[in-house]
Amino acid sequence: MTSSSRNPILITASRLLAPFIQLFALYVIFHGHFGPGGGFQGGAMLAASILMLRLSVGAERSELKFRKSWGTPVGALGAMIFAGTGLLTLLLGGRFLEYHFLPLPDLSRAELHSAGILLIEVGVSLAVMAVLVAIYDDIMEGPGGD
Amino acid sequence: MRKISLIALVLFGALLLYASSGLPGHGDPDGPSHRERSRVGSPVAAAHYIRHAQGDAASPNIVTVVLADYRGFDTLGETIVVLTAGLVCTLILRRSP
Repeated sequence: MTSSSRNPILITASRLLAPFIQLFALYVIFHGHFGPGGGFQGGAMLAASILMLRLSVGAERSELKFRKSWGTPVGALGAMIFAGTGLLTLLLGGRFLEYHFLPLPDLSRAELHSAGILLIEVGVSLAVMAVLVAIYDDIMEGPGGD
Repeated sequence: MRKISLIALVLFGALLLYASSGLPGHGDPDGPSHRERSRVGSPVAAAHYIRHAQGDAASPNIVTVVLADYRGFDTLGETIVVLTAGLVCTLILRRSP
């Protein structure tokens, strides 16, 4: 895909659409407790918005939103948020992923579980988003690419 | 050979359809997965989840509570699987600088 073949309608439409997709993805992630949704779905939607920009405005410009080199580190960060939540409860006297040992004040046991679920959903969504974008980037610049 | 595999495929599909006719109905309250106790008398997990999910995690979405709380360790494994897939793609496809 060369830059001369880019369609201005496509670029404008995808630039308008991307923020709304990202906003809805955040809603899906953070509303996962109360409706359908969660980390996997929200992360896939975040990745979809970035991949749409990659396809329409090109890799160089969409790197302003998410750099190619960020894929693996952000994915690892997401998995570390998840595992770190578990290890934190382990350090504070509970078992692995026993959320009511989280060090958050003024929350009941059930609310602490709710907060723990939210933490790991954020980790899952970061990992899924980064990995999906990283796989696309790797395939595009693969051994036979360019 | 192609004909034999086609016949085997059709027969296997018919077997699956026949077996599915013996499954309990969708959402059947008497289905084995919805009972309080299994046939051998052990407690069934689904009944516990449905009864305690909202009280345990202050969240009306039972699916999220099961996924991230009761079976959080399983979800950690899923996340690691996704991450590993990405890492393997990077290792195989990315050109060394």
